[in-house]
Amino acid sequence: MSDFLRSYLTVGIFVGVAVTIVSALLGVSALLRPNKPSPQKSIVYESGVDPVGTGWSQSQVRYYIFALLFVMFDVEAVFIFPWAVRLEAYGLFGLVEMGIFIFVLFLGLVYAWRKGVLRWV
Amino acid sequence: MSAVVLADLAYWQVSILRVLGLLAAVLLPAGTIVYLFLFKMMSFMQSRLGPMEAGPYGSMQLLAEVGKWLQKEDLFPNGADRRVFAWAPIVVVASTFIMYTVVPFGPDAWFADIPTGIYFALAVSSVSVIGILMAGWASANKYSLMGGLRSAGQLIAYELPLVLAVLGVVIQAGTMNMQGIVEAQRNGEMFGVGFIGNPYIITQFVGFAVFMIAMQAELTQPPFDMPVAESELVAGYMTEYSGFRFLLFFIGEYATAGAFSAIAAVLFLGGWALPGIGFDADIMNLLGPLVMLTKMMLIVFLVMWFRFTYPRFREDQLQIFAWKYLIPVSLVNIAVTAVLKVAF
Repeated sequence: MSDFLRSYLTVGIFVGVAVTIVSALLGVSALLRPNKPSPQKSIVYESGVDPVGTGWSQSQVRYYIFALLFVMFDVEAVFIFPWAVRLEAYGLFGLVEMGIFIFVLFLGLVYAWRKGVLRWV
Repeated sequence: MSAVVLADLAYWQVSILRVLGLLAAVLLPAGTIVYLFLFKMMSFMQSRLGPMEAGPYGSMQLLAEVGKWLQKEDLFPNGADRRVFAWAPIVVVASTFIMYTVVPFGPDAWFADIPTGIYFALAVSSVSVIGILMAGWASANKYSLMGGLRSAGQLIAYELPLVLAVLGVVIQAGTMNMQGIVEAQRNGEMFGVGFIGNPYIITQFVGFAVFMIAMQAELTQPPFDMPVAESELVAGYMTEYSGFRFLLFFIGEYATAGAFSAIAAVLFLGGWALPGIGFDADIMNLLGPLVMLTKMMLIVFLVMWFRFTYPRFREDQLQIFAWKYLIPVSLVNIAVTAVLKVAF
């Protein structure tokens, strides 16, 4: 197996180790802890009063637009990373190209800003 | 374990060594952070002694706490999505474990030498968002749901300045490999002066500042602790957790603090290398982890200092701070770094 794949095999091993260790600790805890269920204990906490309605209530997701903006900028970052590694080889050409790319995306942020999207509604 | 010894071992033997190293790398800094900073430094800053009873200066307090949490009943709230509820803390802790895979602790003391190391670390650090959303949603509690959503909103907002701050370092180093970034700082020079290398905290200071602020928010430490703001949301997404599953979130929080500080130490403080001192690789393999631990604790000290000093932001201020200040600043930082890189 190549070194490249072995590195990722190590990652896989570490995931396995994390899940195993945590499960083992939870197992130890299961041996030590008491188990005395009662109806009162499993009521969800809502500042001491009985909960009203269901826990999965509708709530306004105020950062919906922020999430969309995030996707835009995160894809931008994905494009910048390989360019950043090879910048030395690209020189001035790469600099100008990426300058235009970042400027266009920056205009997107300015547009969102001017539209009042970044304001708390 | 020198390079010669490591080369003679089979892959499974190396893997066992790496697993032991990983456990030490995750648990030792997390324990040190909790005892040294959360218990003791916080107490001293508030003019009290902190834990004093368990062991000398309360140093056994951590063991006592773990023993206490192990014995607590594991409660599932009414109407909870039980399977998701049970797995959420495991996802959070596992993402921390994987973040450590790419952090080098010496010339040969690394876990996995992935070519796109820092990119990988940033990617897996976002997996914890999924765990937090799982916890918030599965609890069937209004506070938990609000906390989970706030957490997701905050983590994605500050993910961007974090990534963009790292880009400045990648441009300067010309590689995404963590070991390569350490070497670039060790062998680099600042405007022709090369005797301490080029630790990027100096030449990338703006990036460092943005990274530290974004890191504080990613760790949901005050002043960015709205997801778990106790006066508004009780404990946010952790409200319904008890016993050992709650402790897993707690371990995850401080182990992630250790992982982020390790990444910050590699990116900006030169990683395992000692500036201006050239020991050979065998010595650095032993000394490297200690150097890393020192640098990590310096970073965590800064995080905790801010944490104990500033009051909490408002939720809208949090979002505006990321979008209107940090992101433009880091974009300008990238542009300036790129121009300087090409010019010199």
